[in-house]
Amino acid sequence: MLTDLIAAADFGVPSTAAKVEPVVSATGIKAYLIHEPSIPFLSLALYFTGGGATDPRGREGLAFMTAGLLDEGAGPHDSQAFRSELEDNAIRLSFDADRDGFSGELKTLSEKREHAFELLRLAVTAPRFDPEPVERIRSQILADLRRRETDPDYLAARTWFAAAFPGHPYAHPTRGYPETVRAITAEDCRRFVASRLARDNLVVGVAGDITAEELRVLLDATFGDLPAESRRPEVPKVQPRVGSTEVVRMAIPQSVVTFGHGGIERKDPDYYAAYVANYILGGGGFSSRLIEEVREKRGLAYSVYSYLYDLDAAPLWIGGVATNNQQVRQSIELVRQELARMAKGDIGETDLRNAKTYLTGSFPLRLTSNDQIAKTLVGMLIDDLGQDYLERRNDYIAAVTLEDVCRVSRRLFSGELLVSVVGDPEGL
Amino acid sequence: MIQPRSMVPVTGIGLHPESASAPSGVFHPETFGLDNGMEVVVVSNHRAPVVAHWVWYRVGSADSPLGKSGLPHFLEHLMFKGTREIPPGEFSKIVARHGGNDNAMTSYDATAYYQMIAKDRLELVMAMEADRMVNLDLSDEHVYPERDVILEERRSRVDNEPSSLLGEQLMAAQYLHHPYRLPVIGWFHEIASYTREDALDFYRRWYTPNNAILIVAGDITAEELRPLAERTYGRIAPRELPPRVRVAEPPQHAERRVVLHHERVRQPSFVRSYLAPSFNSEGKEHAYALEVLAEILGGGGTSRLYRSVVVEEGLAAGAGAFYRGISLDATTFRLYASPRPGVDMAALEAAMDRQVERVLEGGVEAAELKRTKQRMLAEAVYARDSLGGAARIFGSALTSGLGVTDVEAWPARIAAVSEEQVHAAARFVLRREHAVTGLLLPARAANPST
Repeated sequence: MLTDLIAAADFGVPSTAAKVEPVVSATGIKAYLIHEPSIPFLSLALYFTGGGATDPRGREGLAFMTAGLLDEGAGPHDSQAFRSELEDNAIRLSFDADRDGFSGELKTLSEKREHAFELLRLAVTAPRFDPEPVERIRSQILADLRRRETDPDYLAARTWFAAAFPGHPYAHPTRGYPETVRAITAEDCRRFVASRLARDNLVVGVAGDITAEELRVLLDATFGDLPAESRRPEVPKVQPRVGSTEVVRMAIPQSVVTFGHGGIERKDPDYYAAYVANYILGGGGFSSRLIEEVREKRGLAYSVYSYLYDLDAAPLWIGGVATNNQQVRQSIELVRQELARMAKGDIGETDLRNAKTYLTGSFPLRLTSNDQIAKTLVGMLIDDLGQDYLERRNDYIAAVTLEDVCRVSRRLFSGELLVSVVGDPEGL
Repeated sequence: MIQPRSMVPVTGIGLHPESASAPSGVFHPETFGLDNGMEVVVVSNHRAPVVAHWVWYRVGSADSPLGKSGLPHFLEHLMFKGTREIPPGEFSKIVARHGGNDNAMTSYDATAYYQMIAKDRLELVMAMEADRMVNLDLSDEHVYPERDVILEERRSRVDNEPSSLLGEQLMAAQYLHHPYRLPVIGWFHEIASYTREDALDFYRRWYTPNNAILIVAGDITAEELRPLAERTYGRIAPRELPPRVRVAEPPQHAERRVVLHHERVRQPSFVRSYLAPSFNSEGKEHAYALEVLAEILGGGGTSRLYRSVVVEEGLAAGAGAFYRGISLDATTFRLYASPRPGVDMAALEAAMDRQVERVLEGGVEAAELKRTKQRMLAEAVYARDSLGGAARIFGSALTSGLGVTDVEAWPARIAAVSEEQVHAAARFVLRREHAVTGLLLPARAANPST
């Protein structure tokens, strides 16, 4: 019986029944909604284009610190009053920043919806930046940076980006450096909010117990007072500098390695082929070639992986492995060997079929909770994928041919690597 | 606000206190049993044609044989190494080829395996999971490289992380005798001693349907699931289980301090761990009140510890409390804080202790109790959002001495917690003779961080 079940791999892909409704408010706020009334709450995800890469020189970490302060007092409420309004009403509101964007998440029970959106309005239009929370959040960020100073994962990534992007904003970590975080003032945060949070660079995804008409009204009430246009410096397009191996010596039993090189633009016609190729190489968990060679066959590492990292100004392909100091060289060599195999087109129809059945079959698994759906919807708006993306996405994957995967692998995996290692690796 | 990393032991499973937060009667699970003793829980959720399929075994790292700490976690890894029908390493690949995700986890009290997959593939994963419940077929060439993988996993999770090292030492000090003193992943030298036979002995002893719980959440009903369960798990004969013997913790009389000076520590931290009743251990009548107490003391930005030690006194960058009541045996109630630069650790500890004294002396206020309970009950609605979340809640509860009705009654029981009960729970637990204080500090010779 078991073998019969395993063999029956032909695919009736579960359809995503949920329907995406585009909502554009009177003041021009763009949102996608999936109305899902079965549980009385909603999840909202928002995104302003422009993140840590737009931080002024000497103020690296500004976007991240501002994100930590938006829910620390706004309008009539000081920090403790604002936190009480959130926590006593079980409203979850938080903000974050990465290199390219400034994001927020709101989650509220239906019965508290109006109140939740009002608090969100205050946070983005009237944050206070009172001295106490500014110093407190600064102390939290500095404490976190001190921890990260000796965190091999963080250092491996930071070293990689510093080596890949000399002189470019992407060289800097979004959390900044201790000296730049110390330099940030409340006035810097106010300028950030005034110039970066606007209606023209905002997109919103919502899933849950709210109708399109209700959302349209709340979007205007919440974001209508934001300036029409954002002002932010252009982040210049850039290619990562590759070809070197950067070693940061640290007396730890296991070295942490980050490797990577240029990737592929999200809008590139070969993007889906690249996505499939990366799945085969290092994106597919226990099905990936990297896991097979490094972990399963040799027991060299607990984790080894790769992914496409779609930075706006420098699409990347990045991977990582953590392995004991004696075996770092061997693990990196295995990664290079598998890259070369991909580049020369050593990819079979079976590889492609297995990748496709996973990537299409698992897509609905990503759409089972309001939180996940709201984030997916906002991602569709960020990448301009169209409101029918959820229905069409599996067709894009299904259309990828072996020739596509081989072509894109030659293009993607032929170049040199940039490698960073933190630890005490032997022979490097 | 920015949440500092709290210091909790490596459990592999990461059960959060909120895992217990099931709203009253809201999951409406259905339950039935198979003739061979396997329990079944079904949580219907028809939003997407997808199911989360979990099998939980009532055996965890605290059931490791003497000298083989972490062996249940090793077996968890080896469960992917093949049966006569499924070749080594193929299990996850087959799941992936059918569009599913899978993984497994080990905690002190349970070992669990799961797949998320399209509903029409459910029988496949049930058949495969049933197959490896009894037909594991291990060869040395797959067992010993996996032991190396676990040594690497330990290096990643523990040996490379000073805060995890302290967490391990703290648990070893917290429990004088009970096996929760051993890390879930095992001590390095004992991992290195595992043999294939160790793993198989353990497997044959504990992996049987009458020691397992099937939980399926998603687009399915009990009526639909029952025939599938009977065709797969139902065909496996039960085996007699050995008694699950765990040594009992003796009375604790002396408070302990564990201090880790480590050259890679730049940001110090403080943790105070008190031995505390779980929902299933002696003193369990305090468990619900302890959940409320942890929220009042240290849940979020308006909690007592955060407001006083972080905001008003400005001594800490972050501070909070943590209680994990879902545990077969006695658990811990924790307070944690990380100092701002230049703050003396003794001053920080004294500030934390002032809040402990305050609640011991004066209990909690009616208004803060009401606010806290409202928030906890509202958060329970959010727990319904995730398929895997529901399965995890029932799995961890049912392997920790709780029943389905306990999960469903959680909101009512939280709502019933009184000021007096919170005060009594605080007095029962916040006793120094039951406590371990952990300090994570820079190397002695190093300059203090600035």
